[in-house]
Amino acid sequence: MDLFLQQLVNGLSLGGIYALIALGYTMIYGIIELINFAHGDVYTLGTFFSLAILTLLGVTGIVTGPLLVVVVIVTMLGAMILCGLTGVVIERLAYRRLRNAPRLAPLITAIGMSFILENLMQYWHGPSPIPFPQVIPNPDVHLGAVTIATKQILVVVLAIGLMIVLRAFVYRTKLGQAMRATAQDRDAAQLMGIDINTTIALTFLIGSALAGAAGFVSGVYYGSTWFFNGFGAGLKAFTAAVLGGIGNLTGAMLGGFLIGLIEAMTTQLISDQWSNVVVFSVLVLVLIFRPSGLLGESLPAKV
Amino acid sequence: MRRLQPYLLFGAAIVLPLIFSNGGFVNFLADAGAFVLLALGLNIVVGFAGLLDLGYAAFFAIGSYTFAMLASPQFGIHIPFWVMLFLASGVAAVFGILLGAPTLRLRGDYLAIVTLGFGEIVPQTFLNLSQWTGGPNGIGSLDQPAIFGYRFGFQALPYYYLILGLIGVAVLAANNLRASRLGRAWMAIREDELAAAHAGINTTVTKLSAFAIGASFSGLAGCAYASKLQLVSPDQFGFNVSVAVLSMLVLGGMGNIPGVIVGSLVISSLDRFILPQLTNFMHGFGVAIDLTNSRFLIYGVILVLTMLFRPEGLIPSRQRRSELHAAGDAALAEQTLYTEAVP
Repeated sequence: MDLFLQQLVNGLSLGGIYALIALGYTMIYGIIELINFAHGDVYTLGTFFSLAILTLLGVTGIVTGPLLVVVVIVTMLGAMILCGLTGVVIERLAYRRLRNAPRLAPLITAIGMSFILENLMQYWHGPSPIPFPQVIPNPDVHLGAVTIATKQILVVVLAIGLMIVLRAFVYRTKLGQAMRATAQDRDAAQLMGIDINTTIALTFLIGSALAGAAGFVSGVYYGSTWFFNGFGAGLKAFTAAVLGGIGNLTGAMLGGFLIGLIEAMTTQLISDQWSNVVVFSVLVLVLIFRPSGLLGESLPAKV
Repeated sequence: MRRLQPYLLFGAAIVLPLIFSNGGFVNFLADAGAFVLLALGLNIVVGFAGLLDLGYAAFFAIGSYTFAMLASPQFGIHIPFWVMLFLASGVAAVFGILLGAPTLRLRGDYLAIVTLGFGEIVPQTFLNLSQWTGGPNGIGSLDQPAIFGYRFGFQALPYYYLILGLIGVAVLAANNLRASRLGRAWMAIREDELAAAHAGINTTVTKLSAFAIGASFSGLAGCAYASKLQLVSPDQFGFNVSVAVLSMLVLGGMGNIPGVIVGSLVISSLDRFILPQLTNFMHGFGVAIDLTNSRFLIYGVILVLTMLFRPEGLIPSRQRRSELHAAGDAALAEQTLYTEAVP
């Protein structure tokens, strides 16, 4: 039972990272119906950028006091901005020209971009895993037999916090309204005076920035990274987005936490060798039996 | 003359290793041939039927492992190679149907992701079931094919001819299928599934047959490749193999058999000759970049640039070329590419 509760905690914090990535997936799919395959690699790029910023700041170990807050905020914001810009560049280069092409064309360029990013990261830090400094001090919280690390709390709080901010942005602001209008009907939105290109670029900026935040958090959480990290994490986050109902922000968050829990429980009950297999099986089953996801509404196919 | 071209090229392929009989080169030809076979199979699924399969390497893995488990000391079973060719492609086809059946209702991009998931699950499963598959070490010392008492041994040449023969069969099969009722149904589904269904095409059977036939080609390739390598291991069948084969299709021209063959030969020689040569060339200028590591960067660049600037590939089919010339408009050209209607 204690072990179960412990895995529950681990699963939730793991799920927080997936949830942050899934938010970006779901936003981008929501607006241009493209599975942005490079999204997982933007997330890894977030970890790489965070590492570069920490090196620039001269941080190599645990930071305490008010300095910690500054370091965390500066690093995370820096990674978010850089990743956001990367996302905008990717959209401009690889997707915009193909906006009216058949659906599979941009998907193929997305796979291409993913390979390009992975290779560039491999050039940057080499093919082996690289260590990430443990920035956050680790006074664990003990609740009975369950141990909760500070960074685990950080992940969950950050994921939920960012989702709330994002929801407020999408549903309460003019720009968010423009995004929803573009997602609903691009041509009609354009006729209403919405600048489609800017709105889509903005979506990529925000989605990729969230992946950047997830990248920073995952660096802190795992204490290491490598160039290929984004492939598996991206797939799991996509599974999370589909599970929650693609295009639905709350759904992405819920899906992320569920996938984290499923992965942690598989590790606990079967073995971690099978966790990928189980997660992908979940994806296949969801797509077959409930393609609209847990919170999504089913839409008739557009003709 | 045009009709003779394929036979002349096939003849050239037969004498080629006799002229350039360097062992390394023949070995390269045999490996490249296995990828031509894979590309021809994926072409049926992606090029003809317009179903984007990102886990095609899974069927390659299934074909290879079928051969490895039933023709090696692993279980002491030694079924003759020529029987295994049929068996392996049959098993791969069955898995093609197993994958296809539940996913047929999915839209194009969801299907892509599910096949990708499948492509990840299969090698992982082979890795995990180590009591049967040898886990990360795989299965070694596989049986060598033999014909009329002649054992293929360790030289690449007989395997090259084996693979060339399989390619010949595959090209004939693919070409005849393309013109058949089934092939025309595939293309109708590719262009507009809804219209195809309303024209009386049974989309379920048609799509399933594309999956099954495409998978059976990679079963053949897997069987031949495994017997040549004398070894299978789970790391030979990752996502990068699926994407490599997809790049061959995209580069050469999806749906066009000569294009697909050229595309896969170009990419194979890129790997084997051009990148090492370029690396040496750069070293000559004091630039120490090892381009052989950037294979996947180059696949990525090929995918992006081809889709952006020449979505019909290097050698598009005559049909598509005429469509392009008739339209004379890049936007229209992109729309006739394949699959679903523009949203």
